[in-house]
Amino acid sequence: MNETPNLNSFKTGPDEDGRFGIFGGRFVAETLMPLILDLQDEWNKAKTDPEFQAELKHLGAHYIGRPSPLYFAERLTAELGGAKIYFKREELNHTGSHKINNCIGQILLAKRMGKTRIIAETGAGQHGVASATVAARFGLPCVVYMGATDVERQAPNVFRMKLLGAEVKPVTAGSGTLKDAMNEALRDWVTNVDDTYYLIGTAAGPHPYPEMVRDFQSVIGIEAKQQMLEAEGRLPDLVIAAVGGGSNAIGIFHPFLDDESVKIVGVEAGGKGLDGDEHCASITAGSPGVLHGNRTYLLQDSDGQIKEGHSISAGLDYPGIGPEHSWLADIGRVEYVPIMDHEALEAFQTLTRLEGIIPALEPSHAIAEVIKRAPKMGKDEIILMNLSGRGDKDIFTVGKLLGMGL
Amino acid sequence: MTARMDKRFADLAAEGRPALVTYFMAGDPDFETSLAIMKALPSAGSDIIELGMPFSDPMADGPAIQLAGQRALKGGQTLVKTLEIARRFRADDKDTPIVLMGYYNPIYIHGVDRFLDDALEAGIDGLIVVDLPPEMDDELCIPALKKNINFIRLATPTTDDKRLPKVLENTSGFVYYVSMNGITGSALPDPALIGGAVQRIKGHTKLPVCVGFGVKTAEHARAIGASADGVVVGTAIVNQVASSLTGDGQSTGATVPGVETLVRGLAAGVRSAKLVAAE
Repeated sequence: MNETPNLNSFKTGPDEDGRFGIFGGRFVAETLMPLILDLQDEWNKAKTDPEFQAELKHLGAHYIGRPSPLYFAERLTAELGGAKIYFKREELNHTGSHKINNCIGQILLAKRMGKTRIIAETGAGQHGVASATVAARFGLPCVVYMGATDVERQAPNVFRMKLLGAEVKPVTAGSGTLKDAMNEALRDWVTNVDDTYYLIGTAAGPHPYPEMVRDFQSVIGIEAKQQMLEAEGRLPDLVIAAVGGGSNAIGIFHPFLDDESVKIVGVEAGGKGLDGDEHCASITAGSPGVLHGNRTYLLQDSDGQIKEGHSISAGLDYPGIGPEHSWLADIGRVEYVPIMDHEALEAFQTLTRLEGIIPALEPSHAIAEVIKRAPKMGKDEIILMNLSGRGDKDIFTVGKLLGMGL
Repeated sequence: MTARMDKRFADLAAEGRPALVTYFMAGDPDFETSLAIMKALPSAGSDIIELGMPFSDPMADGPAIQLAGQRALKGGQTLVKTLEIARRFRADDKDTPIVLMGYYNPIYIHGVDRFLDDALEAGIDGLIVVDLPPEMDDELCIPALKKNINFIRLATPTTDDKRLPKVLENTSGFVYYVSMNGITGSALPDPALIGGAVQRIKGHTKLPVCVGFGVKTAEHARAIGASADGVVVGTAIVNQVASSLTGDGQSTGATVPGVETLVRGLAAGVRSAKLVAAE
């Protein structure tokens, strides 16, 4: 509140109360407040601690496999006949998605804080797997809350989490998806506040989570910028990423926010269309409200009750979005657009066949947007897309949708 | 701040016994039944009524209150209808303080100023909004205090002496001490520990301190009431409602009487608490 914002930068947020404009904040029960303030202190110290940063970097290189490659998608580019398309290959990370970047960072914080138990929520299971992985790596017990619907549609990830020694607790409340898993994780946290660290998987929740998760994920954009300069000698014209809670997107967007020449697009889950309730396009079709510790765009009714939403991809099946995205949308720096289930499914197949990369259904939404935009752009223009996760977890869902016997 | 709340606590102090604060969910299982429950509470012995506002995502509540909220929402309950329940109750009862309890989003969507005006008009005396800690006071707490509506804050075992002054700063009406870290409906901790915690809070404020989370029986009410200015019972009442319903969630002839019987027992508990305190 006391800081004078630098009007020439989009990267100064949040303020000390965790706000990005009107979004963000700390809307949590009193039981959690002291812990959230502790976490903020610890995070502020860790940010500038060379030892912490060195450990993060070391684990990034040797455990996650960073930097992830920047890949020129030659055949997709030729097929679309327009802009050059580059993928930031986050799907090649250990555990198969960008989620591990954040998990490594947060578990180091949990250790610093002396916490002995990890809890997490998960939608598609990628964050659950990444959490279970770092918990195994650091020898801490881990409980993952997962909506019962998601447990069913993401069975391979449930099995992986169990193999990694995590306890997966299916949540049947509501529609049994990510929102309900997050409620249940918050209940666990409020009950076990003394020894438990809540490893939130996306750039949402109470301050300092949106900032912290963004900073851990910004490694994506920082690397991509450098790699693009090496490959092309210039910045991309367009950066695209899929947005559920929005951690992979903010990770690649943030380092480019002040580069005026770079257009930025976030792709929301349009589900079966924006007319009814079967979508998760919080910004395109929602309104500002307060849920899970922050003010942000939400899918809700006129009484302020949160709607369930729908997406073909479990990872985007969340009726909210990180608060920084809400702010970036309101000030017009980032454009948010919906992609329908069937478009994502088609893009999934296109990329698989043309590039030999099976993408997760989440970044398939971003690919669908690339497929729409690239042909309309010049051959001298460049698109950078975050290929945030691999599709192994989705093959059964996709097989079922395509009527293929497995 | 409101005359009604202050008078109620002053009267109870004169009587030498703690308040029985009863929580139930507005609209559970339907509008008319919950209005009937509310109307029955004062004569059964409830001193202050907490009227639960249903929310789709009650992060700090256990399964019982979550299910009650879902039943209410399924029955078409809204914030406007919850205020209507209060208004109709207030038409016949000018003395029993009503505290609305719930989460911020429905209030935010209704519009804070409009909500406060509507709440005053409906005869509301106080608000407990679980997801608005002192750090968020500008949202609703300060505007409510300006309109003479109490903003009742939760203090918890994690609220240490350093933080207590911040929590108490803009609190009015009473302080709601949550007896454990956790969600509503958990087991009751040791009454002796609670007594110590209440004394700790009283060292920082002159406001009455009411204790909730885990109080289910008259015996609990008596034990907690020995050290606190009030005892809050919620989940036990909500469970009583739930157990009276038909398989498809409709109210029965046992719904309202069941709550009355339970509350009468709890009221006997708090009424015997002063004897314990005197021992």
